[in-house]
Order: sequence, then structure tokens, then C-alpha cells
Amino acid sequence: MSRQLTQRLIFTLIILAAVSTVTPIVLIVGYIAWKGLPAISWEFLSGLPREGMRAGGIWPAIVGTIYLTLGTGLIAVPLGVAAAIYLAEYAKDNWLTRAIRIAIINLAGIPSVVYGLFGLGLFVLFLRFGTSILAGCLTLSIMTLPVIISTAEEALRAVPQSFRVVSISLGGTKWQTIWRIVLPQALPGILTGVILGLERAAGETAPILFTAAAFFLPRLPDSPFDATMALPYHLFVISTQVPSMPIQIQYGTALVLLVFVLSMMLIATIIRSRARARRQW
Amino acid sequence: MSVNASQNKSGRNWPELVVEALIRATGYSAILFVGLIFVFLLREGLPAFAEVQPAVLFSARWYPIEGRFGLWPLVGGSLIVTLGAALLAAPFGLASAIFIAEIAPRWAREILKPLVEVLGGLPSVVLGFLGMVTLAPVVRLALNIPTGLTAFTGSVLLAGMAIPTLVSVAEDALDAVPKSYRDAALALGATKWQTIWRVTLPAARSGVLTAVMLGVGRAIGETMTVMMVTGNAARIPATLGSLFLPVRTMTATIAAEMGEVANGSAHYHVLFTIGIVLFLISFLVNLTASAVVFRQRKRAERLLS
Repeated sequence: MSRQLTQRLIFTLIILAAVSTVTPIVLIVGYIAWKGLPAISWEFLSGLPREGMRAGGIWPAIVGTIYLTLGTGLIAVPLGVAAAIYLAEYAKDNWLTRAIRIAIINLAGIPSVVYGLFGLGLFVLFLRFGTSILAGCLTLSIMTLPVIISTAEEALRAVPQSFRVVSISLGGTKWQTIWRIVLPQALPGILTGVILGLERAAGETAPILFTAAAFFLPRLPDSPFDATMALPYHLFVISTQVPSMPIQIQYGTALVLLVFVLSMMLIATIIRSRARARRQW
Repeated sequence: MSVNASQNKSGRNWPELVVEALIRATGYSAILFVGLIFVFLLREGLPAFAEVQPAVLFSARWYPIEGRFGLWPLVGGSLIVTLGAALLAAPFGLASAIFIAEIAPRWAREILKPLVEVLGGLPSVVLGFLGMVTLAPVVRLALNIPTGLTAFTGSVLLAGMAIPTLVSVAEDALDAVPKSYRDAALALGATKWQTIWRVTLPAARSGVLTAVMLGVGRAIGETMTVMMVTGNAARIPATLGSLFLPVRTMTATIAAEMGEVANGSAHYHVLFTIGIVLFLISFLVNLTASAVVFRQRKRAERLLS
């Protein structure tokens, strides 16, 4: 067999494999949209669940997911961005920095259900926060931290060194340089990472299973110490725990969750590409 | 107070030093969190070894109601589902990475990369739900078996969850191979495929291996998808045929049973012990992966200097 023929054969196989990897992604999103759209109505989005969740709406789950996502952002963003500033602007290349990097890589790899166990042990039981939005947000924050730190660090490092040199030479202190020059330049990149990190947190179920999620709560939570419904957990409950659940409500819930996370991804992508187009360096 | 009075010798004022101290502290926080996670898993998990005979933990039966806490069926379940996922994810993921990094024209790359990112962003519970209502019936009919909720069904979906990690890490590794390597091979008369197979892939070897490892590491820790589609029957998968039987993984056991146990019971402590096992597995996988990454960076520095 000639070399050209071998190449054509193998490239065909590779393309087939790549296509059969990405086609299901389109099918998944399309199928859920197609099956879920009929369930979507104003009542479904804004109503309380009725008849043991077999009818009515999913408003408490939507609100719960928004609370959990925002709360996670409130904790994880300052912490993650500050840690990224440390790594990009202050840390020296020594064993301590290496240990921090290894810790971040490990945080990123810990299974989500283990975060759930940790949150149960530390926040729910030891610190006595109970099954609550607060405990859930803290658990999700630590899980989101590695994503935010590594993307923010990358964004900070991408700011050219000359920006810092000029600022320092004009008499700016190190912190003024970071706060007034480097951070604003890196902001779009940081924002992209933050949204992608929070997007993951919004879709997670396992970390909130034992820390924040309520099986059924026909009202809105009114304090951070309340348990809450959440879209991912609700989808899990209605598709496995409730007998004779109308399939339409299941698809509808899946669609709302999917739209929630995909629109976050879309916003992140738009910020990234607009920043790239406008970048002056 | 004049400006000068508030500044110390290095010309920096106090508020700034406070900010820098805070930033330094947050920098160390990642280490603190890994430590905290490990400490709390140990705190809740170690009592299990006092309450349950080691012989019971290493027995072949998981039936908590009767105090049977044999971990082997769960470890076996996790292994077989992960193995199946790795066998599927490695070829498809690597082919996709090679296609995106080496073969695809620009426009195809611009479509494929975001799509793979979308797959990475799909909540696992959505994949699990869809697997339950669509993939499981197909598996059941196609293989003519009593239930479609099998280890195999889990493997297919887990492969999907491993692929985004695998593709992006492998693609980065391929991208990092200097263009001059490829130019040299092509100039010597190699075809594009010969260049990829004999030059680019071997040069990116450690990165590609890391990609597979991180993808598999992601798969073994996956919880919701696996819990929803693998049937959750705790038995030891003895043969390859068990791939088409229901299994129960370590992650699914924790997620399914933690809500029902009494805090402080033996069952509760054993579930944390499973958490310790999972933590150690992910720690090993990621430590190895980061060692590879650091070695690569060192080598790159040597080559550049």
C-alpha cells in the first residue's frame, strides 16, 4: 500500500472518530431542546411545584440555583483572583510555590462527591451551619477555586511585562501597578474564567447533595441558613426518586438547567472573543 | 498625617502592605484546603477501622443493613466502569485531538473546539438523565439483556465526560511541539501522517499520556451520571461479561447512601472511608500528572537556555 493511500485511510478514520465524538454533543443539546420546549410555560418557570412535584413549576429550584451560583461567586472570586495575583505577581520560583501549584492541580481533580463529604464534615456538622445555602456555597467555592485561580493567573501573565515596567518607572508602587494597570488589562480573561468556574458550580449535584439540597421545598429560602431546592438536584430527584413522574416535566427541567449553564458559557465566550479583538498588545 | 509619614523605608504605605499580606495568605490557601479536606475525611473515616473488622471491609459483600461493609464490589464496580470509559475515550479523544491540532482546517477547528467545551460544560446530571431515558433502552434492546442500566452504559457516558479533558490537554501537548520538528520531517519527504505518527506524537508523548490519565481520573470520580445509569447492584465484576450487568461504583454508593445513614454510625464512617480511597486515587493521578508537567517545563527551559 502506498504511503499516500495509508495516509488517506488513516485520516479518514481520524475524521470519522472526531465527527462521531462531536455529533452526539449537538444531538444531546438539540434533543433536550426538542423534548423540553413543550413543557416550558410561564407557569412552569414561575410556579411552585404541586402534587408531589408531578405538576406546577420549578421556580424554587431556579431561584436556589441562582442563590448557590451567586453565593459561590461571592466567596470564590475574591479568594481565587487574590490567589492568582499572588502566583502571577509575587510568588518566587521555589518549593513553596511548587507546593501551591500541586495543591491547585489536586483540588481540581478531587471527585465532586468527595467535596460533598468534606462539606458535610466541616461546614454542616463541625461548624454547625446545617444543610444550608451557606454550607453549599462554601463547598462549591472550594471546588471552583482551582478553575478561577488558573484562568486568572493565565490572564495576568498574558499582560506584557512592559506595562509593569512603565508603571513602576513612573513612580507607581507594586500594588498600584497591579491594581491600576495589570488587573484592568487582565479583566476580560479573569471574567471568562470566573464565569466558566461558576458555570460548573451551577451544574453540580454531588457537592450539594448533603450540604444544601432540599428534596422538596414549596417556598423560597429566606436566609443563608435555609436548605434550598436546586435545578441539578431537582432533575436528579424527579428522574429517579419520584414514581410516575411525567417525562415532560423532566425534559423541561433538563432544558432549563441546560439553558442556564450554556448561556453562562456563551457569555464567557463572547467576553473572550471581544477582548481578543480589542486587545492592543 | 503627611504622605511621607505613612510610608515606610521601601516607599510603600501601610494599607498596601496589609493588602499584600492578605494576597500572600490567599496564595497559600490552596494548600490549606487540600489539607483540610484530607483531615476531615480522616476525622470522619478513620473510626470505621475501629468499628468494622478489617476482614469485613475486605470481604466480597456490600450489604450495610446487615453490617456487611465489603468494599471489593464497589472498587470493582468503579474499576470496570472506568476501564470501559478509558477504552472508549482514549481512541476517540486522541483522534479528535490529533484532528483538531494537526489536520483540521481553521474553520473546522473553530467549530470543534467550542463543541468539545460544551460537552465539558454539560452538567453530569443532564447526561445521566439523558442516558437513562435514551441510551439505556437502546443498550437493552441492542444486546437483548434484561436491563439497560449496566456498567457499559455508564462507560459510554463517562467516556463522554472524560473526552473534553483528554482532548484539551492532548491538544495543548501537540501544539507545544515546535514547528521546526514537523518542517524537518516533511522536508525529508515524510507524509503528513508519517510526521504525526513518528515525530509529533512521540515528541508530545508525556503530555498525551497525561491527557489520558487526567481524563480517566475525571471518569473514576464521576458521580451523578454513574449513579443514574449503572443500575447500582453491588456485586464483584468477575469477567468481562460483567460489563453488561448492573454494577455499583464507589462514588454512587456515597451519593446514594449518605442521605440515609445516621451521623456517626459505622455505615456513615465507612462511606467516609470510601471518600478517603477516592481522594487518594485522585491525589496519586494528579501528583503523577503534575510531575510530568513540571519535568516537561524543566526540559523546555534547558532546551531554551
